[in-house]
Amino acid sequence: MPISTLAFDINKSWRLNANYTVQENVFGFLYGYEADFQGLFNRKSYMFLKKGKKSSEKKLRVRIPYLGLGCLGLFFFTVIFANVISPHDPYEGDLADSTLPPAWEEGGTTRFLLGTDMLGRDVLSRLIHGSRISLLISVGCIAFYGTLGVILGLISGFSGGRTDMIIMRLADLWSSLPGIILLFMLAAVYGPSAKTIIITFGIMGWPYYGRIVRGESLSLKERDFVRLARVAGCSNLRIMVSHVFPNIVNTVIILATIDIGGIIVLIATLSFLGLGTQPPSCDWGLMLAEGRQYITYAWWLVTFPGIAIVVAVLGFNLTGDWLRELLDPKQKLR
Amino acid sequence: MKDKQLDTENEELLVLKDVKTSFFTKKGVVRAVDGVNFTISKGEVVGLVGESGCGKSITSLSIMRLVPQPAGKIVSGEILFKNEDLLKKSEDEMRRIRGDRISMILQDPMVSMNQLLKVGYQLGEPYRYHHKVSGSLREMCIGLLKKVKVPAPESRVNDYPFQFSGGMCQRALIAMGIANGPDLLIADEPTTALDVTIQAQILKLMKDIQRESRSSIILITHDLATVAQICSRLLVMYGGRIIEKAPVKTFYKKPAHPYSVGLIKSVPVLGRPSGRLYSIDGQPPSLLDPPSGCRFAPRCTQAKKPCFEIYPPETILEEGHKVSCWLY
Repeated sequence: MPISTLAFDINKSWRLNANYTVQENVFGFLYGYEADFQGLFNRKSYMFLKKGKKSSEKKLRVRIPYLGLGCLGLFFFTVIFANVISPHDPYEGDLADSTLPPAWEEGGTTRFLLGTDMLGRDVLSRLIHGSRISLLISVGCIAFYGTLGVILGLISGFSGGRTDMIIMRLADLWSSLPGIILLFMLAAVYGPSAKTIIITFGIMGWPYYGRIVRGESLSLKERDFVRLARVAGCSNLRIMVSHVFPNIVNTVIILATIDIGGIIVLIATLSFLGLGTQPPSCDWGLMLAEGRQYITYAWWLVTFPGIAIVVAVLGFNLTGDWLRELLDPKQKLR
Repeated sequence: MKDKQLDTENEELLVLKDVKTSFFTKKGVVRAVDGVNFTISKGEVVGLVGESGCGKSITSLSIMRLVPQPAGKIVSGEILFKNEDLLKKSEDEMRRIRGDRISMILQDPMVSMNQLLKVGYQLGEPYRYHHKVSGSLREMCIGLLKKVKVPAPESRVNDYPFQFSGGMCQRALIAMGIANGPDLLIADEPTTALDVTIQAQILKLMKDIQRESRSSIILITHDLATVAQICSRLLVMYGGRIIEKAPVKTFYKKPAHPYSVGLIKSVPVLGRPSGRLYSIDGQPPSLLDPPSGCRFAPRCTQAKKPCFEIYPPETILEEGHKVSCWLY
């Protein structure tokens, strides 16, 4: 079953069961269990955990996506402690150790838990260091185009009229440009690298964020608190920054978390196509591409990078989904 | 300038001369405010009464120069505030006046506050926009909350708006309105969203504050009882024009304009069985294509021929009581 349909079914079963318990929910392991919080979580304080005061203490039931958070935790753990936990140098290998299978296979050694590639480099170490590249590029891309999109979207939605029209038509124009072609071009001129990817997608990605932020600010600017700020003599810039923007932050955070998963896949795809990072980099997509030729007798070269991608993407998506539910004021927490 | 003679003992704070505000829509020009004249003296509480869509709110937004853009536009007229024409001021100068010299209380307290910012922060905002502030305004905000009688202001400043009740939100809004000690406070239906007991409290609070600070208040409402409670003078608006100006007592005793008479008649009186309540027949005029004569003529029971042709000039009945009607 494709993941999307699976997620949909789980979603449904979770919603239909108003009084479900942990035992009843077969998919709890994937979609998360519910936990009770007393006064620890104050939903309307709008973000993150806040110690509730007596007056505002509330009992809320919050679903915790253990699997998602677990995947994400694992991912960030490897990112932060890559140097500490990786058993070997990811770029150095001994040809004598070439294509050793994982430890539990016949012929494998415990020195290389997940085996080695054709140059004798440790797959596990490369995976661990690869997480850094994935995070760097995806966060770089999103920070780049997210900022651009939020700024342009805010200006567009808030000013309205001609400015709005120009920015939005620019966004239309922008989204009609094929990003891959631009990437080919930039890669041809500057050489394929992580920097090229970040710049290309940083430039290309903003219309998506721009449109959503514009829509939000369009509706926010008609709200009474904006009128009140104006009546109190607030300047447009200040209204945008201190009144409209905080109301959009939720959306942007959610968008970004869900987006990161997609970008990790995209980077892997580009590396696979040879447009991304270049050897001897240990990017997951590149590892997949390199291992592809040896798939018939060295299955571990493609399997483990694939699993790593799945874990990272699943972690970001499930957490993003959870955040969306949690931060959306319209969705009532039971 | 007939008004001047009447208000000789008072200083004029705000004078509106033939102000016209229109909305340019696809269907045509909507004349929301069509030649409004009135004067507000210093320290005066004036009620602006009229039915929905008669131009009350647009009049107040015109004074603030905040008519919804780009469709709305102040076409002509003069708005003299302390003898300076607000319509000739630049946007930047206007911003310095808004919230400082003229402030406004909006009608829906619960949605007028930014739900994501603490009440304490929002209370300090009008002050912050107009003064250079270094450090916290906490003390000032607590003082403001005290002034509007919010209980336990020391802990309440740290609350978010959703933790406030409707009445308390309205109090906080009033506190924001008076933060800079404005000369003119425009209250746009400040009690509409509240229930009756809270209404009375808020009105009393506004009256107290006004007595203390000597600022003028324009109270926009469609509730005649509200006006009777705190206003000294009353302006009745109909179809984008002011049709009657009167001191409150005179107005309730002998309203002059047929529309005002109808208004008074349609208010139920407690303890007097009246059967079916009086109502004014017909619909308010479309401001897209207003009648050429008196706006009220099509609904008026006493309308004569000139009523449909020429708009009646203002007639002085007695001191301070003026009416635009051919009957007088």
